[in-house]
Amino acid sequence: MPGAYWSMVEDDRQGAPKKVMAEVLGEASRLAGAAGAQAEAVWVTDKATPEGLKQLGEWGARRVWLFENAAFAPYRAEVWTPVVADLVGKETPQAIFAPVTTRQREFMARLAARLGAGLAADSTVLTAEGGKLVATRPVYAGKLLAKMTWAKTPWMATLRPNVFRPGDGAGAAATVEKPTASIPTESMKLVERKQEANTGLPELTEAEIVVSGGRGLKGPENFVILEELAKVMGAAVGASRAAVDAGWRPHRFQIGQTGRTISPKLYLGFGISGAIQHLAGMRTSKVICAINKDPEAPIFKIADYGIVGDLFEVAPLLTKEFKQLLEK
Amino acid sequence: MKILVMIKQVPDTATQVKIGGDGRAIDTTGITWIVSPYDEFAVEEALRIKEKRGQGEVVAVSLGPDRGKEALRSCLAMGADRAIHLNDPAWAEADTLATARALAGVIKQEAPALALFGRQAIDDDMGAVAAQVAEVLGWPCASWIMEEAVDESGKTIRVGRQVEGGLEIFDLPLPAVASAQKGLNEPRYPTLKGIMGAKKKEIKDVKAADLGLAAEPPALSVVKLESLPPRPPGRIIQGEPAAAAKELVRALREDSKAI
Repeated sequence: MPGAYWSMVEDDRQGAPKKVMAEVLGEASRLAGAAGAQAEAVWVTDKATPEGLKQLGEWGARRVWLFENAAFAPYRAEVWTPVVADLVGKETPQAIFAPVTTRQREFMARLAARLGAGLAADSTVLTAEGGKLVATRPVYAGKLLAKMTWAKTPWMATLRPNVFRPGDGAGAAATVEKPTASIPTESMKLVERKQEANTGLPELTEAEIVVSGGRGLKGPENFVILEELAKVMGAAVGASRAAVDAGWRPHRFQIGQTGRTISPKLYLGFGISGAIQHLAGMRTSKVICAINKDPEAPIFKIADYGIVGDLFEVAPLLTKEFKQLLEK
Repeated sequence: MKILVMIKQVPDTATQVKIGGDGRAIDTTGITWIVSPYDEFAVEEALRIKEKRGQGEVVAVSLGPDRGKEALRSCLAMGADRAIHLNDPAWAEADTLATARALAGVIKQEAPALALFGRQAIDDDMGAVAAQVAEVLGWPCASWIMEEAVDESGKTIRVGRQVEGGLEIFDLPLPAVASAQKGLNEPRYPTLKGIMGAKKKEIKDVKAADLGLAAEPPALSVVKLESLPPRPPGRIIQGEPAAAAKELVRALREDSKAI
C-alpha cells in the first residue's frame, strides 16, 4: 500500500480537534482513497479526549498517531519537530497536510526544513495529476494563482480553511497508536498567556460568515452596528486596513494583505471600498456582498450582491431581516 | 549586539502583475518594487533595539537578483549599518528551503545575537523562511511577534507571539530567530540625511560558493501561473433600503443558499 496521507491535528487546547480538521481530513481521505492509500491523523498535544479521537475517525482518519504529553504545550516548533520527523522517518507518509493556523504554518515550515521537503503554504486546491500532487495557491495579493508541485515525498501543504469539502462524518473509529517519543528539552519558556476577552463570536479565520467594516463606519463606536448583525448571524467581525490603521479595531481583526486571509462561505463588507490590499485577504470567499454608498467602489466589481446605500440605514435593516429569517 | 534582518524585494501591492513568457513567473517589466511590508517592521525593530541599547550593528540581508540592491539601499536609508546581497544565478530557482539554507549560511558567518524576519513576503505569501532558517541553525524561533524586549545582559529576548485567541509571552535564549507581525511598530521613513548616507554604506555581494553551497533542485516548484477564473457577474440590488435589505436576505437564502 502506498504511504499514508497525514493530517496534523489542530486542537482547541481542551482535547478536541478543531472543526477545520473535518476539511483537512476530508481532502486527505479523498486524495488517499483515489491513490489506494489511507488517511491518518497525527496529533501532538498535552490533552486528547476519547471524544476527540472518535471525531477524527468520523472525519476520515483510519489511524491516529497520538503524542500526548504535558511537554507539548504550549506549542513550540523546536519541541514538536523532532518528534514528528522521527515518525515520518519510520512511516514514510506520502503527504502531510495541516490547516492554516498560526502554529501549523510555523510548525509545517520547520518540519519541512528538517525533512528537506517542499511545503505549499495556504493552498486552496489540491489535485492528483499523473501520480503527482499539484497544489494551487493564490500569489501576488491574490491576483494570480500558482500551480506548484513537489520533487519528492512527503508532499507537504497547509490548507486554507473553509475552502475544502469536509468529510461526511460517517467514518469508522480510527485505530489509535501511541508511539514512544524522545521529547527534546525546550529552550523557549512560556512566561504568560494573555487571553483575549471572549466575544462569543467565532474566530475570524475559521468563521463561515464574516461581517467586515471599513472607513465608511466613521468611527470605532459604530462597529457595534456590525457586532449586532454578527451576533444574529453567528459571524465574526473583521475590518479593513483603513479602519485598523485609524485605531478603530485591533490589528488581529484586519482582513487583507497585511492582516488575515479569510475564505468564508459568506462575506458582507460595509463601508469598504475594496482596495487590492483588502481583496487579497477575502477574494476566495464564496459569496461576497458589499454595502457602500459609493457606486464606483471597486468592491462592487467582485461582489455577488451589492447595495448602493448608507450602511447606517442598511445594516440594522439586515439585522432585523436575518433575525426574522433565522428565528423561524 | 549584532542583529541581522532578512528582507525581500517584492512587487508593490498596487502594481499590475502579468504572467511572463515562460508561464511560470511574472513579467517584471514596468513593475514597481518595494521592501515587503512585514520586513520593514523587522528592520524598524532592529533599529529600535540598537538605539535602546546605545550600541550595536544592524545588517540588512537579501537574496535576489541585481535589482534587490535598491531594497537593501532603502534599509540602509532607514538606518541599517551595512548590507549583504546574496546574488547568484545558482539561487534563481530557489524555493523557501534553498533560500533558508543560503540565509542560514550568512547568519552562521555573521554570528548575530538575533535574526529578524518579516512574518511573510507579500509576493508568494509562503511565510516559511524564518522557521526554516531556525531549523537549519538549530535556534529557537518566535513567529508573528507583536512585542519584544531584549534582556539587559543581551542573553535573552522576551517576545509576545500572536496566536489564535491571544498573545503568548516567551523568553528565548539568544541567539534566536523572530518574525515580525504587523502591530510590532510603525516603521520610520528614511530622512534625506539617511538617504544620502545610504549611498556610502557597504553592500557586500555574496555568492553561493562563498557559503559552501551549490545550486540544488527545488523541493517545490511552480508548474505554471494562472489568471483568476472570472467571478460570475454580480447584481446590484435596487430599491429603498428596507426593500433592498429584504431582497438581499431572500437572495442569500434562496438563490445562493449562503445562509
